[in-house]
Amino acid sequence: MTEAQSALGEASPTRDAAFDVVLETVGLTKRFGAVVSLRGIDMHLRRGEVLGLVGDNGAGKSTLVKILCGFQPPDAGKIYIEGKEVSFRSVADARRIGIETVYQDLALVPQLTVAQNLFLNREVTLFGRVGWLSAGKMRQLAKNYLEDIKVEIPDIDAEAGSLSGGQRQAIAVARATRQNAKILLLDEPLAAMGARESALIVDLVKDLSRNRGVSIIVIDHNYTHLFELCDRLNVVQRGRIAVDQQVKDTSVEELTKLMVSEYRRELTAGQQLLEQ
Amino acid sequence: MASVTASDSNTRQTPAPKGRGSVAYWLVQRAMQQRELTVVLVTLFVIIYFGIVNSAFYTTANIITVAQYLASFAVIGFGEVLILVIGEIDLSAGAVYLTSPWFMYFFWTSGMPIGWAIVVTMACCAGIGMINGLITVWLNVSSLIVTLAVNYALFGIVLIESNDIQVDMPGQTGHFSVIFGVGAWSTILWAAAMGLFIWALLKRTRFGLHITATGGNLLGAAESGIRVRRVKVWCFIIISCASGFIGILDAIRIGSINPGSSGLDTTLPGIVAAVLGGTALTGGRGTIVGAALGAIFLGVLEDGFNLIGVNANWFYLAEGIMILVAMIANTQLGTVARRFRR
Repeated sequence: MTEAQSALGEASPTRDAAFDVVLETVGLTKRFGAVVSLRGIDMHLRRGEVLGLVGDNGAGKSTLVKILCGFQPPDAGKIYIEGKEVSFRSVADARRIGIETVYQDLALVPQLTVAQNLFLNREVTLFGRVGWLSAGKMRQLAKNYLEDIKVEIPDIDAEAGSLSGGQRQAIAVARATRQNAKILLLDEPLAAMGARESALIVDLVKDLSRNRGVSIIVIDHNYTHLFELCDRLNVVQRGRIAVDQQVKDTSVEELTKLMVSEYRRELTAGQQLLEQ
Repeated sequence: MASVTASDSNTRQTPAPKGRGSVAYWLVQRAMQQRELTVVLVTLFVIIYFGIVNSAFYTTANIITVAQYLASFAVIGFGEVLILVIGEIDLSAGAVYLTSPWFMYFFWTSGMPIGWAIVVTMACCAGIGMINGLITVWLNVSSLIVTLAVNYALFGIVLIESNDIQVDMPGQTGHFSVIFGVGAWSTILWAAAMGLFIWALLKRTRFGLHITATGGNLLGAAESGIRVRRVKVWCFIIISCASGFIGILDAIRIGSINPGSSGLDTTLPGIVAAVLGGTALTGGRGTIVGAALGAIFLGVLEDGFNLIGVNANWFYLAEGIMILVAMIANTQLGTVARRFRR
């Protein structure tokens, strides 16, 4: 907590009244050698909102996510969490402030049970550091928590490796939120999932955001998934947020059109530059 | 496959809908769910076989002999279970087993009281384990090579320091000797105590959970904040200390130490015991009970061949074939058993 708190700076310059903005970035830039990956990202995330981040490969989407989860620092620009400026030096720093990332590889241990995975490295123990496990207590707490967030796992003593992809994803998300994540970054949460599996995750994401006030950023390049999950979409193009639209005000067709016209505009601009 | 699962849930809800047949089925099903089943069966088989061939097999004297054979296999096996679970291997355990009595002997001849000589020797064993672990995790050298190198290095140290001359072990008298090795049941009881300790460590503590997590998903464990390198180094320290301690006990029991043997002949039975018991070579899964059973199998095998007077030239061929048969039975029965687990 200490490192993270010492990193807290002055208050956010904008949206002083908008207390419901949990995350805001101003002018984030990042370059790798000659390649400019981000050229000034201004974005915000409200409490309990599900924001989709979409963009082609190389658009800067993954760089942005790496900065938000604390994996790399930006070259310039500021990040505000609940109105206060923060800077993280590591993923652990970001986690202490309440930003959890659920990666595609899920970080579950296939040989451990559901309960053991939920409590991994936050085990309930007796007798101090050596830590005799309170297996029964962890099991009960895990059961209660999963019931709480309405995740149905048929057998809580099953090994994680024997569960379906959707169930594993749900447990990875549950683990992150159990540790009081305010902001969740989900990396392609519906990748390679059937309809029933997807429904499990969609329900979980909606429940967490609506009823528990968790703010969620979903990274994906599948529009169908994003329209299913998100309240709002940000399209990242050439290192900037090119489009910011409420899902209910737009459609897959419209977004595609916007992206294509943006692409055409840049193409013509590039051609003109070449002709000169 | 589907039908097996269906009848499985039926028998669980109503224990005996069709009388005795279902109870038998339930028993078979419960037995099949145990990972250690095959090693139990092959061990029972060899025990019964040697008992029939030679009635001396069941005498107390012989049971003590078997127990003394298998204590070192078991302890090294327990250690290897931890090491295999984290996805590594330790080939130096047998060398530590053979070297530690020499360390104790050197400390004792330099004037240290015997108790202190043991304590300092154990510290040396911990140091050897730490070297194995640190080189493996920090310099990224395969543990197979690191521990093989350490195995040879320890053998060399003993040869140099002893001038290749056999010596008598200290600590041959009084209560001390009875507790530390000379008592008929001493080594096997120490081995059982160490087995219980390592079992509890692996299955009942936070550290044990982190061992499984490290072996099951290294990246995931690290992402959730487990210090995977530290976990691995500790496992190397534990196996070295356990092997070194049982080495001292065996040396006191036998009464003299001989510099002439390399450690691999002691390491490999330990690994065989662990793997026969159901511990995966690929990491993430291990069973201490299985390793104990595997060690019993190997102990019975060695003793039984001696007892029935297998020609010395045939001994290793017979042992090799028996291990192979046991392991094949293990994987084949494992395929059947998997159907019974949910």
